[in-house]
This record gives sequence, C-alpha cells and structure tokens, in this order.
Amino acid sequence: MIKTDILIIGAGPTGLFTVFEAGLLKLKCHLIDALPQAGGQCSEIYPKKPIYDIPAYPEILAGDLTEKLLEQGKQFEPGFTLGERAETIEKLEDGSFIVTTNKGTKHQAPVVAIAGGLGSFEPRKPLIHNISDFEDKGVEYMIKDPEVYRDKRVVIAGGGDSALDWSIFLSDVAKEVTLIHRRNEFRGALDSVEKVQDLKNQGKINLITPGEVTGILGDPMDHLKGVVVSQADHIEKEFEIECDHFIPLFGLSPKLGPIANWGLEIEKNAIVVNNALDYQTNITGIFAIGDVNTYPGKLKLILCGFHEATLMCQAAYQIINPGKRYVLKYTTVSGVDGFDGTRKEAPKAVVKAIN
Amino acid sequence: MEGQDIKITIIDRDGVAHDVDAPTDMAMNLMEVVRSYELAPEGTIGVCGGMAMCASCQCYVLSDTELPEIQDDEEAMLSEAFYVKDNSRLGCQIHITPELDGLKVELAPES
Repeated sequence: MIKTDILIIGAGPTGLFTVFEAGLLKLKCHLIDALPQAGGQCSEIYPKKPIYDIPAYPEILAGDLTEKLLEQGKQFEPGFTLGERAETIEKLEDGSFIVTTNKGTKHQAPVVAIAGGLGSFEPRKPLIHNISDFEDKGVEYMIKDPEVYRDKRVVIAGGGDSALDWSIFLSDVAKEVTLIHRRNEFRGALDSVEKVQDLKNQGKINLITPGEVTGILGDPMDHLKGVVVSQADHIEKEFEIECDHFIPLFGLSPKLGPIANWGLEIEKNAIVVNNALDYQTNITGIFAIGDVNTYPGKLKLILCGFHEATLMCQAAYQIINPGKRYVLKYTTVSGVDGFDGTRKEAPKAVVKAIN
Repeated sequence: MEGQDIKITIIDRDGVAHDVDAPTDMAMNLMEVVRSYELAPEGTIGVCGGMAMCASCQCYVLSDTELPEIQDDEEAMLSEAFYVKDNSRLGCQIHITPELDGLKVELAPES
C-alpha cells in the first residue's frame, strides 16, 4: 500500500504543479498515470510543439514545460505509479480513500485530486465487424510483451510510428511480419520509413499498401487463423492472409474511463466542481483540477489548471490538518524547504554604512 | 462585426442541420465553429486542440465550395482515421474565410 497526503490522478502539467504547491504546505504527493511517462498530453501528443501562453514564457516546447515542472517539484519528492490506470476508488470510515490501479497497485490518501485531462489514453479500435470476438485471442491493440510473437506469423495495421517501429522490431522476432496500411505513404520518422523499405527489399517484411483489413478469420471460441484484406477502396480485390496475431495500431484516443463510474457528477465529459471555493467534486475529499473539470466559464488552459491546483491545495491542507493555522507566504519571503533537506531562499540584503 | 460573418450549414451527428453564422476575423476553423455552437458534445470533437492529430473533427463536405488544399499532416491523419470518404476533411484544418460562405458539411461519426 502506497500512502501519501494528496493522491493525484494524472501526471500532466496540472498534476505536476500540484506537487509544488502541496509541498509548500508540507503535504506529500503521489501521482498515478496510465501513460509510461510524466507530462500527459504534453509529452504523449505534442512534446515538440511550442506553447505560447504560459506566463513569462514567450515560447516553450510542451516537452520542456514537462521537464521544468518536474524540476520545480523535485525537492518535494513526489512518488509515481506510471503505466497504470486508476480503476476503482473506495472511501474508508476515517474519510480516506483507497485507489486501486488496473494492475492492482493500491494507494491510500485523505485527499484525491483528479487531474486527468481528457482521460486516459486508450487504443483506437478499427471498425471490423467481428474484431471484438477475437480480442485476446490473437487480436492485440498494443504490444506488451514482444516475446509472445516469437516464431509466430504477425499482421500489423497502421501508418504511424508505432506500426513502423513494431514492424521493424518484430521482423527479428516473429516468423513472418506483414504490414498493411491504407496508403503508400507513411507518416512516421523518416529513418523508420527507410528501415521498413530496407526490410521489405530483403523480404523480411511483407508490405501491403494500399490495403485494409476488413475481417478476421477463425473460430471465435478458439483463436484467429487469419485476416481478410481488401486492396484499396476503389479496386475490388479481396484476399486472405493466414496469421497467428493481428495487431492494429491506430493511435490512442482519450476516454474518461473508469473515473466516470466513481459516483462523481459528470457534465460534458468532465467532472463538475465547485469553482467558487476549492474545485471539490460532489464527493468530499475528491477534487478535480485542470482540463478534467467543468464549471461555468471553464477554460481548458494549462495556466487555469495551475491556478486551480493552488486553490485546491489550500482546501486539502484544511482536510488533512483540521483547525491548524496557516497563512499564505510568498516563496520570495519564506524560501522553499524541500523534503529532501534542500533549501532555496532569496539572498539577504546587505546592510552596510556609507562613510 | 455583422458584415464579417459567413453562413455555414453543419449537419450534426444526429442528422440535424444547423445554419450558423461564423466570424471570419477571429482566426477560427470549422472545428471551433462546431464547438462554439456546441453542435457536438465537448470531449468528442477537437480532442487534440486542432493539430490534425486525432481526426475527432472529421466531416464530409457536401457543397462544392472551394476549400484550401489538403496538407500532408491532414492527409496522413485521414489515412488512419475511420469512416473516411472521398469528401472527408478535418474541420480543424479548414479556416473560416469569406470564400467559404455557403459551405455545407456533415460531421463524421465519433470514433
């Protein structure tokens, strides 16, 4: 059991800045994120793209913003559970919560802050009529353990980086790799495209373009035996490929996911909060901050998430330290005392007589 | 401001047609016009914010309005999207200009 003061769901910019604001109040944070790295959309979708509306940064790359936020919160020693999705929540008699991930990791905290952005990123499933019959029976939407494919016949569909990279990787592991994409052009990194071209020329990857998987073959009670491929929309030509695995890689799309079933008030695919006070949800002790919440006049901006995180931490302090006095201090005046023993402070003014 | 608006017809995902006024001087794109009139629920359109990276704003162009040419990133995203037809475009890549007056589009299904 991982225990902390504020359990943050979502390690995007809002969640990361919460670590800093909570730290100033001597509250410790732990973050859960379904993605394998911190940063949320900033690192998953657009790490190399610039943001222009972060105060005092005329321009900053989303990936750099993530790094700066991690650095800013570092002395408050946040914990991370990455690559796991928060699945269930349970309220104990003492008012604290237990949040369990899809991999069974349990976390306990008196305050939960949902900073989940647009939700957790789930693979996009292609529109093949019988595909759901074969999920985990040869159809996999993401590759968890490449060894599963050793000496197997694999069909990969998609035209982006993950389809290219996995085709390259599996060409050394699998018995046979077929890559199918709807057009001749791929939109991955140039060297990946060239590598696939090489492997195709060497006969290590079968490339079918333009083409599309339109059906799955096999007994749904057992395992898939192959796929039906139709060769482009305009040429009516269909054929079958025998295989052991079909891996459609069409990117990720965010879904609110299990959080939607936590008994929170939901509106417009977001969690309704009290914006007049502290961004608390309809469940005492659970807050929602950043893009994941909604209230009249809500703007989904990183800078608004920072503000919401700051107010939320004050409310969390009151829950965790009932009745205990505190007034806001400026970091310039008080300095920053890290949980790791470090201290940052403004240099003292020198008093010196002028003779 | 009145003179700068154009008329656009947007058929929502339930098949209902909406005639809306779209400003040409606010650097808006078609996806943002749909959101500003709340013609699709928040969270189901413009998920990536308009970077041609999610296809949640895919629409079918029904009028013969001349549109800006498809750029590489839009083309690439459409080649991976679902429910794509010959007249598919990404709303976020269509900027609202006076030339688009009378444009008629239908939102593609959510996927």
